[in-house]
Amino acid sequence: MSTAGHEAAANAPTAGEYIVHHLTHLNSTGHAQKSIIDFSVINLDTVVFSVLMGVLGLFVMWRVAKSVTSGVPGRMQAAVEIVLEMVNEQAKGIVHSAESRKAVGPLALTVFIWIFLMNSMDFLPLDLLPTIWQTVTGDHHAYLRVVPTADLNGTLGMSIGVLLVCLYYNVKIKGFGGWMHELFTAPFGSHPLLYPINFAMQMIEFLAKTVSHGMRLFGNMYAGELVFMLIALMGAAWAGTTTGVFLFIGHILSGSIWAIFHILIVALQAFIFMMLTLVYIGQAHEAH
Amino acid sequence: MNLNATLFAQLVVFFILAWFTMQFVWPPIVKALDERAKKIADGLAAAERGKQDLELATKRSTDALREGKEKAAELIANAEKRGAQLIEEAKANAKVEADRIVAGAKAEIEQEAVRAKEQLREQVAALVVTGAEQILRREINAQAHSDILATIKQDL
Repeated sequence: MSTAGHEAAANAPTAGEYIVHHLTHLNSTGHAQKSIIDFSVINLDTVVFSVLMGVLGLFVMWRVAKSVTSGVPGRMQAAVEIVLEMVNEQAKGIVHSAESRKAVGPLALTVFIWIFLMNSMDFLPLDLLPTIWQTVTGDHHAYLRVVPTADLNGTLGMSIGVLLVCLYYNVKIKGFGGWMHELFTAPFGSHPLLYPINFAMQMIEFLAKTVSHGMRLFGNMYAGELVFMLIALMGAAWAGTTTGVFLFIGHILSGSIWAIFHILIVALQAFIFMMLTLVYIGQAHEAH
Repeated sequence: MNLNATLFAQLVVFFILAWFTMQFVWPPIVKALDERAKKIADGLAAAERGKQDLELATKRSTDALREGKEKAAELIANAEKRGAQLIEEAKANAKVEADRIVAGAKAEIEQEAVRAKEQLREQVAALVVTGAEQILRREINAQAHSDILATIKQDL
């Protein structure tokens, strides 16, 4: 959230500068990326925090898995079991091949836990990690964004991963020939005149699925982060104004409300991403 | 909002994490869950079996009890029958014995009567002879009339 909101005010950037600064990644070039697409640049903050969250989540689950017992489970084991059972039940309902589920189940669990943790980075005070980073590096204008899922690269990277898994299962289940046949004959039917239209529709479908999959999560988390920034700015406006007390109270109130509501969004978006992953992989199993 | 190489980094991290879960997290936990499900199923089955066994044992004990009672009743009935039979037999034996004794007694009485008659006859004959002797002493010789006397003796 924004306990450090007024610190930004002390450094006296304008509201616009504050937000732009917060929306700029710490990347390999050291300054904001100029062009829309530039594959020579890499966002260090997204990579570091997503790896950190992934390792944290998997480490906890791995510790549980190492000492797992079929007898009476401890609380931690029970908690992990609940999540795993939930994912497994969803997977059973959507992906009907038990063989595929051995790989798809863990994939969906990873996606859920990982995205949940990455989204949860939003709960940290908005300026906490950036301020620590600025203090550590000594550069008071150093950039740092802590929510990897509020970076389009992060979410699209995962949705492209899901796309690759879908393509793999399309070929594995239907055979390369069968899949090609489906690409040219579905959804409109098998007629030479319809082949190009069918193919175009299939390509659009894959593209739309992947882009919307990544964009949905990104949009939600980006917007959530932005709202936290606006709330922080409201609190920051407290300093030096007579109506500031109300703004300060407003900051606390709206910050609390939005944070509580954001718990729902964090869990919901992780769940939605996981469910869509299962649905898309399930679709790859079904012949048209 | 700019796209860059982070995309590929994230893609690789995604697959590494998924692989790790697939390898080290998912299988042991799923195995434990399946084992627990099996344990519970076995426990329930054992309880069901125990219940059935109890029912069976109860039925068997009831049967045994009933059988025992039946057997006891049969034994008593047999004993009673045998007793009655014994009494009947004893009665029959006693009757035969009594008849035999009576018949023996009768025969003896008959014999006694015959012997008494014989004696009586002898004595009467002797008396008659004595009487006749005394009457006839003077007029007839006993020897001369002995065959007549023998005839009379015979007729008595």
